[in-house]
Amino acid sequence: MAERKKLPSTFFNMVVVLTLVCVVSALALGFTYSRTKDAIAQGKINKILDALKIVLPEFDNNPYQEKYTLETAPGLIFYPALRDGKRVGTAVQTFSSQGFGSEDIRLMVGFDVSGRIISVSVLGQAETPGLGTKMEEPSFREQFRDKDPASFKLSVKKDGGDVDAITAATISSRAFCDGVDKAYTALQQETER
Amino acid sequence: MKLWREFSKGFFKENAVFVLLLGMCPTLAVTGSAINGLGMGLATTAVLVGSNLVISLLKRWIPDKVRIPVFIVVIASFVTIIDLSMAAYLPDLHKALGIFIPLIVVNCIILGRAEAFASKRGVVESLIDGLGMGLGFAFALTLLGSVREILGAGSIFGWSFLPEGSTTILLFILSPGAFITLGFLIALINVMRRRFA
Repeated sequence: MAERKKLPSTFFNMVVVLTLVCVVSALALGFTYSRTKDAIAQGKINKILDALKIVLPEFDNNPYQEKYTLETAPGLIFYPALRDGKRVGTAVQTFSSQGFGSEDIRLMVGFDVSGRIISVSVLGQAETPGLGTKMEEPSFREQFRDKDPASFKLSVKKDGGDVDAITAATISSRAFCDGVDKAYTALQQETER
Repeated sequence: MKLWREFSKGFFKENAVFVLLLGMCPTLAVTGSAINGLGMGLATTAVLVGSNLVISLLKRWIPDKVRIPVFIVVIASFVTIIDLSMAAYLPDLHKALGIFIPLIVVNCIILGRAEAFASKRGVVESLIDGLGMGLGFAFALTLLGSVREILGAGSIFGWSFLPEGSTTILLFILSPGAFITLGFLIALINVMRRRFA
């Protein structure tokens, strides 16, 4: 390799070079993965913990560790909140696939013991920027605060419900209601048993 | 002076988006807001600088017949590194850009610069070229995202300057708005280029 010439494209050269490049890449990727793995996992948990703090009343247990699922409600996760050993509320991690985006809308809905909604927090969504994404803003989410779904119909006004839809984002609003409704229904079924 | 030219060509003379019309897919898809455009542009810049650097360093050792596979492996590795790093340290932006981060691999600007520039030129030139082209791409995406966000959502970089509930031109946030805005910006750039040429 003394001259400034390229390696000739012999079979041997091609195999060796390509293999070496791949091995070095794999090492670099493995290193990056091991360095970022914990931060990525922690980031996901933090998001849930933050949401729990928003939607639940004050608690002194660890709802994240005491989470449970129900066979009757696939995809939903329940986080019980206790204070002095007494149940004060439940947060339900729910979703809706009826949104406008490429992925599910994922919500955290907090209920008190009587089944009233305390608050709703958006964990993840891929709705249209500027339209459906407004579901994260208080002006939309706050209308669910302290509402009892027994009397507050969880669907948009266009469908005969009580929810003011986001302007020009009826589908996203519908999906949001669908997610909250799923959480409420599942929680009702659980308390009945 | 020559290096300055290699750097600045990416912004105006050979701007990937406005002049070469390369990388249209992420350009149109992620520029619904200024911050998404900027994030996408900077992620692409990082990949472009990395791949240009490595490919110009390796160029003598890459047999011609396998150069494309080698380029793709190098580019894909950088993209995955950026993807993982963003997921770990910028989770919100990573979420907003979604699938378009992994898709930087197939952004033709990057393979184009590797094939047309980095595999033929020196290390410093290639580095500057990658930086210039990448930042030019970022500049274009941010401009596009800003215009769309201002007209469509009444805000800039997430900071809203209109009272809540005011009507905005929603069309610009939606996909057709991307095409319309891009068309007007290209026309504007062409007029400016003619005037200054």
